[in-house]
Amino acid sequence: MADKVLMKGNEAIAEAAIRAGCRHYFGYPITPQTEIAAYMAKRMPKIGGVFLQAESEIAAINMVYGVAAAGLRVMTSSSSPGISLKSEGLSYLAGADLPSLVVNVQRGGPGLGGIQPSQSDYFQATKGGGHGDFRMIVLAPSSVQEMAELTVKGFALADTYRMTAMILADGTMGQMMEPVALDDLPVTPMPEKPWAVTGTGMKRPHNVVNSLFLSPEKLEETNFERYDRYRVIEEKETMYEEYRMEDAEICIAAFGIAARVSKNAIDEARAMGIKVGMIRPITLWPFPKAPFRRAAEQVKEVISVELSMGQMIEDVRLATECRVPVTLCNRVGGMIPSPEQVLDAILKAAKNGGKEA
Amino acid sequence: MMKRVTLFCGHYGSGKTNIAVNYALHLRRSGEEVTVADLDIVNPYFRTKDSRKELEAAGIRLICSEYANTNLDIPALPADLYAITDDKGRYAVIDVGGDDRGALALGRISPALREEGNYEMLAVINCYRPLTQDIPSTLEVLGEIEAACGMRFTGLVNNSNLGEMTSAEDVLASLHYAEEVSRASGLPVCMTTVRASLYETLKERIEGLFPLDLQEKIC
Repeated sequence: MADKVLMKGNEAIAEAAIRAGCRHYFGYPITPQTEIAAYMAKRMPKIGGVFLQAESEIAAINMVYGVAAAGLRVMTSSSSPGISLKSEGLSYLAGADLPSLVVNVQRGGPGLGGIQPSQSDYFQATKGGGHGDFRMIVLAPSSVQEMAELTVKGFALADTYRMTAMILADGTMGQMMEPVALDDLPVTPMPEKPWAVTGTGMKRPHNVVNSLFLSPEKLEETNFERYDRYRVIEEKETMYEEYRMEDAEICIAAFGIAARVSKNAIDEARAMGIKVGMIRPITLWPFPKAPFRRAAEQVKEVISVELSMGQMIEDVRLATECRVPVTLCNRVGGMIPSPEQVLDAILKAAKNGGKEA
Repeated sequence: MMKRVTLFCGHYGSGKTNIAVNYALHLRRSGEEVTVADLDIVNPYFRTKDSRKELEAAGIRLICSEYANTNLDIPALPADLYAITDDKGRYAVIDVGGDDRGALALGRISPALREEGNYEMLAVINCYRPLTQDIPSTLEVLGEIEAACGMRFTGLVNNSNLGEMTSAEDVLASLHYAEEVSRASGLPVCMTTVRASLYETLKERIEGLFPLDLQEKIC
């Protein structure tokens, strides 16, 4: 028997979560992520875990809060409109410094939008997960194998920094099937959680998990402390992949499904003698600023390939400090850019020599 | 004597749609009038409709929810579904949705199919899918499907694969699994399916090998 199995991206997330020690899943069905819940519904009862289909997305995220406060690895998953419903809970989790894993398998929006894939929740995930000053670690897988690996990694990061890690996938990543090796996932043991509300046993003072602060001075101090922690994450946890960037004169910026499409286009352009490469952010927050800053000294144009009206492009412009033109190549509404469309954008950049057309 | 209606059911992601489309093309090439029906009420993407061009070019009728591959996320069945049971002059290949949830939709036409008694209901199995890796879990899924649609399987299709990465060895290694499922369920292995590039390597070594020429691919 091969050491790999054939899985949908959604299943890979669910199985990886179980292997990471997650025994509590709360969710509410929504296309295109429902296989996560379906998989959990089958597996959790067999391994002594809890699968609960909540009455709403809001209920599910608050159940996540409860289990996280009790110090256990816990997750929920949804798709775009469902994540909007969870945003209050995401803010409360941040305010109470609770670790959790939240999966967003994005679909087209805004509003109910559609069920086809999208990346238009980039702003929501990286900048506006809810009210108040807070961040989430945002992980963007680009293969079914990475869906599994980043899920495991997400639980570890969430525990280390006491915050929410979000898997920001899209409908295609959730639905596509690829072979996955699950046996070597980098599972880390759960750290001690002395802050968890597990009962004092009459041996220690009460732990309190709460996001309400009666003193503004204390709330300010807590916010400053939290952002000190965020700075450590920016220094230590940024992840990205560079593809054929050594001698690149044109740089593609793309994540998730857009990066897969772009790789095909880059290989075709390279075969035509055009020097093009890609920086693929794996963490969208923290955003990999350093490689883009380097690229700004090397390339004549950056093309941001996105399934949105241009969201990551703002971070690319900030990271390149506007030293080179950054252009957008996109499809929206559930449509995916074709390799031909990306190749056309590369050809145009090669011809214009970095001057915006 | 080949049955008039062939149903492909199984665990979701086992490869039913791909097999249904290729099997319909195979029937058509041998000169039969063929209808393919997409009964999937579960899967949002990757539907028989993706192969519409190839099917229609081959002269195969496609019956499919008009909402498949759109943004309307409702478990709608196509209105012309009854053509399958009414028009007995044509062969029909039915692509049933995954698991017991997908098979539930079959209840709509199962009384007519049982009454006519001229069908094969094939279970598509893949030992490289995590929830059907061993015999008990495979039998559990097949049992749930039978219970949901009120029909019994008549045979197995061994479609054990790892997608594009599948090697000839992976297929050969799955034969024992298929035999064990066959022994435990009492169902014969009607065919083993492989992607077309493996067909020549394996055709002498596997009885009833069926090539899947048409493969939908996403980047």
